[in-house]
Amino acid sequence: MKWLLVAIIALCNTLGDVLNTAGMKRQGEVEDLRPRTLATMVSRIFRNPFVLGGFAAMAVSFFALLSLLSITTVSFAVPATAVSYLLETLLAKYVLKEDVRWRRWAAATLVAFGVVLLSF
Amino acid sequence: MPQAKLNQFPVMPETSTQPPAITNLRSSHTRKTQVLVLVVIVSNVVGNVSLSHGMGQVGSILSGSVLEYLKAFARALENPWTILGICVLIVWILTDLALLSRADLSFVLPVTASAYVLVALGGHFLLHEHISGLRWAGIVLITGGVILAEETPDRTTQVTSEQQE
Repeated sequence: MKWLLVAIIALCNTLGDVLNTAGMKRQGEVEDLRPRTLATMVSRIFRNPFVLGGFAAMAVSFFALLSLLSITTVSFAVPATAVSYLLETLLAKYVLKEDVRWRRWAAATLVAFGVVLLSF
Repeated sequence: MPQAKLNQFPVMPETSTQPPAITNLRSSHTRKTQVLVLVVIVSNVVGNVSLSHGMGQVGSILSGSVLEYLKAFARALENPWTILGICVLIVWILTDLALLSRADLSFVLPVTASAYVLVALGGHFLLHEHISGLRWAGIVLITGGVILAEETPDRTTQVTSEQQE
């Protein structure tokens, strides 16, 4: 049960982050954290199919995380999403067309191994 | 012959003021992004630690029946730590989206991973969870990843005119 929840969290995290990034880039840069700016951001999100899709994936991931947290500790639950790091970096490079060079590959790899070690 | 040209026009006000202006623009953009990164990390840590603490008090909610499952979730929502955790995680989601509107996903992911380090250290010092040698090694690796990603520019994709509206 634990590992099924971990798989659901990893897949939905990846899908959610890639959709959210694609959607937010289309919406334009948020300049500050004033309530009005955030309200405008949220109102645009409701007309943004990418971010709405990302939210659906995040919702599934969130309820899977709630269930996982109730049967294990925070130190296990959060690093268990390690798998999504390399997958998300791969999609960032080839789907989102970001400039991913050795530093970012190394960073994602170190973080992925790091969160695996953190779960011991 | 670039040097000869430079000597011919020793004073070029337009070019001499342009580089600092561009640098200021870039550093102001970067500074705002860095502030967002900080807010995202802190809200992630505070939200997850509160939620974990609350769910730990509520107990296991895995159950065979859907009704029992929903009842358990309703019970979880009566716990103040769970409520605080959910509220702070809403702040985290909003600021994370604002950050993703400005910066690359492949930059944001490793940089915000410092939250894992803070969650582990928070779990150790506040919830008295044990940190083994392997887990300390994990903390060191993640910190290395965060530093490497911090050295890359925060945005490498183009801002199109459609996005600037």
